[in-house]
Amino acid sequence: MTVVALRPKAKIMADAAPKNVIDVKDLSLVFQTNDGPVNALSNIDLAVNSGEFVSFIGPSGCGKTTLLRVIADLEQPTSGSISVNGMTPSQAREKRAYGYVFQAAALYPWRTIGGNISLPLEVMGIPKEERKARIAKNLELVNLAGFDKKFPWQLSGGMQQRASIARALSFDPDMLLMDEPFGALDEIVRDHLNEQLLKLWAKTQKTVIFVTHSIPEAVFLSTKIVVMSPRPGRIHEIIDCNLGSERTLDIRETPEFLEIAHRVREGLRHGHSYDEAHL
Amino acid sequence: MKERQGLAAVLHDRVIPVGTILLVIIALWYVFAIILNAPFERDQAARANTTISTSQLVANTMAQERPVLPAPHQVAAEIRKTVFDIAPTSKRSLIYHGGVTLSSTLLGFAFGTLLGILLAIAIVHSRTLDKSLMPWIITSQTVPILAIAPMIIVVLNAVNITGLLPKAMISTYLSFFPVAVGMVKGLRSPEIMHLDLMRTYNASKAQIFWKLRWPASMPYLFTSMKIAVAISLVGAIVGELPTGAVAGIGARLLAGSYYGQTVQIWAALIAAALMAAVLVSLIGVISTLVNRRMGVRP
Repeated sequence: MTVVALRPKAKIMADAAPKNVIDVKDLSLVFQTNDGPVNALSNIDLAVNSGEFVSFIGPSGCGKTTLLRVIADLEQPTSGSISVNGMTPSQAREKRAYGYVFQAAALYPWRTIGGNISLPLEVMGIPKEERKARIAKNLELVNLAGFDKKFPWQLSGGMQQRASIARALSFDPDMLLMDEPFGALDEIVRDHLNEQLLKLWAKTQKTVIFVTHSIPEAVFLSTKIVVMSPRPGRIHEIIDCNLGSERTLDIRETPEFLEIAHRVREGLRHGHSYDEAHL
Repeated sequence: MKERQGLAAVLHDRVIPVGTILLVIIALWYVFAIILNAPFERDQAARANTTISTSQLVANTMAQERPVLPAPHQVAAEIRKTVFDIAPTSKRSLIYHGGVTLSSTLLGFAFGTLLGILLAIAIVHSRTLDKSLMPWIITSQTVPILAIAPMIIVVLNAVNITGLLPKAMISTYLSFFPVAVGMVKGLRSPEIMHLDLMRTYNASKAQIFWKLRWPASMPYLFTSMKIAVAISLVGAIVGELPTGAVAGIGARLLAGSYYGQTVQIWAALIAAALMAAVLVSLIGVISTLVNRRMGVRP
């Protein structure tokens, strides 16, 4: 490709063919435990294009978090191939290709909110003035402007998780990997953050991979829903889902939304996710 | 208004409970002083073929020259005399002896803390050292310090190292242990998520240490430093015993026991206890200041 962009991350998606950022082929991962081997992931094939919002949904034990961690190079696959931005996951991690948002905010309690957002920037050797500017910019992005001097415990759970998203965005990675980021929050906060995340995604045009076990959340946010099923962890079905760019929470009452939610639920059911043995 | 609230709170939370216990201890101390010192008074009376009234007996038990257990006020008077009335340069001054002990305590504590931290860093970063060093560190503390202290003094004397350093080494020997054990735990205390986060940033080992492990270990460091400083004082006193009662709290204890000066022994003991309390609370104050800087929830 001869895309010599002036800006390193020029968004040229509009007219160019979508760029493949994640390519997983026949990937398996077996954990060796005391109770014998566990097939956490089995024969996974998945392609994610630049700018997509992809959700992994499924019950506990379906390997959705493990798959995310493989992409992040936090777990090593047993067999198969995976490329992230055309590189191995480990090279991609070394190039800081992604920001990772954990289930808990995982803010360092001894650092202020600003200090936490500064953490990856310090690790990456970004000078102080630049760090300040990025802290301000990213706090603004998650509607936390003015909170940089507060310590994590002074913020609510939802605010903490927003701060952790700001931290993941602070070094401007191409990709955002999110592992049930709103799982621990109550539904009202969760709805609100879903809307905010959608706006953020539209604004930043990042590729987002989002692990969840909430069907409405997945349908509301995603352009593509990967339905997974357990034992062994595998992909059951991939459902395209695009409810238009101008979504609000009201869309969850529309027939289109309910139709896709129904398909996801059917997918989960056929993947035996509702079987008694798996609950 | 707020000031007074703070003061009232301190009074309520600290002064009253601690003061109550102190009063109970002093009362018990008097009771035991009377019980333990009474036989001597009865003997005296029997030898002189006189009877002694109970009130006289009680008064006498608290004014003996070499009581089995000196009464609190006798110890207090001895401390006042040897702290305030005698020039601090005199060999009979408790300030002089306390200063000698304090300097080797602090030197030994500083070395011990440093050694403990360095060992913990090595252990946390190397599986081999974890396996090989840890058993030795634990074994080192099973050797009775009373047995090994004279050897250290004698051996170092033989190579012309005398004075402060040998005593400080005994303090070091005792104090590195709680710091090493506490810091191994502290440096391993970060959650998996916090470590994974550093991995996603592709942080170096040094960055993980300074930005995550070190700050996470602070509560463990201060807790173990409190134990270490108290045990350093014990080490310094033990180290003063085999030197032939030259100087220091240990020397005061030894000299006191040579000549049956129980009041002097108890004065030295109380002085040592007060010194330990001051040292431990100093570390508590530093810990509070560090906590405040690190945004610990008050």
